[in-house]
Amino acid sequence: MEKVGIVLVSHSYELVRGLERLLRQLNPAVPLAIAGGTEEGEIGTSAYKIKEAIEQVMSRQGAVVLFDLGSALINAELAIEWLPEASRERVRIVDAPLVEGAYAAVVQSGLGGSLAEVAQTAQDAKQMGKL
Amino acid sequence: MRFTTEQAVAWIKRANERIQENREYLTELDQAIGDGDHGINLARGFREAVTALDRGGLDDIGAVFNQTGMTLLSKVGGASGPLYGTAFIKMGGALKGRREIAFSDLAQAIDAAVEGIGMRGKAQPGDKTMLDLWEPFAGFIRGCEHGVDLKAFRDMCENELERIKQLQARRGRASFLGNRSIGHHDPGAVSSWYLFDTLCAILSESGGHDGDDH
Repeated sequence: MEKVGIVLVSHSYELVRGLERLLRQLNPAVPLAIAGGTEEGEIGTSAYKIKEAIEQVMSRQGAVVLFDLGSALINAELAIEWLPEASRERVRIVDAPLVEGAYAAVVQSGLGGSLAEVAQTAQDAKQMGKL
Repeated sequence: MRFTTEQAVAWIKRANERIQENREYLTELDQAIGDGDHGINLARGFREAVTALDRGGLDDIGAVFNQTGMTLLSKVGGASGPLYGTAFIKMGGALKGRREIAFSDLAQAIDAAVEGIGMRGKAQPGDKTMLDLWEPFAGFIRGCEHGVDLKAFRDMCENELERIKQLQARRGRASFLGNRSIGHHDPGAVSSWYLFDTLCAILSESGGHDGDDH
């Protein structure tokens, strides 16, 4: 059974690299890709890198994209527009905190959740109290 | 009034010079209400755009703008990359294959850019973004079919930049500051002003002749 792919987008490569390690420990079977920093490795985001990351983890189940700050969203939207039309509708950008949202998404994808379920679980992480 | 491929290339080069000269200033503006990368990012993007133009091989205005937009998209890491990139790609699309255009065509291309920026950034007028200068500029260019009055242009920009300065940011990193963003220049509006100022200087240098428009 294919699992929903998860893409982590950040202005910082180190930030998503660290998060990726944390999540791989949680469930190595979930397809996970990162797009952190610009093409030159500076702070920022790159639509090209995001597109590549989506393509890496795209399954028949689809993929969710989580991001850190506003301009990452603009580039993620651009990256999705560059995908073939059939893939485009299987990618969801999720309005969620990056760490908690990605954690919840990995758990749900690992359980075999659908694209809608994984996206919803990640989004619900926004309401979760930490204290 | 006509606008040519050579003028389009000259515009990107001159805009690049202006952005390089003001790199630190743009960064200071962005440090005050953003993430402090606007000057560095734009300077890198426009430098690369000029390098790409120097390789030559482009003979129409659409191709010049499209290549510039694609370069900005890939080389500018912040939100300004996709926003400026979209603006130039939209202008490139509107002027595809055209080597020389009438002023009304340039105005239409700028309208397309404004629409692209609004769509990509989901900003509304009054959100304190670059869009707040692009919109009045599009209106100004529409009224320039017989030539550009540089003084009128600069007065318009001065007024608009001052108006934008007094707005509260509702998009981008500056929106985190709430009403503390009031009284600060929007870095994207200021860098847009450099673009428009260099374009208008080039347009006014070409003289007021109407070419073969009559």
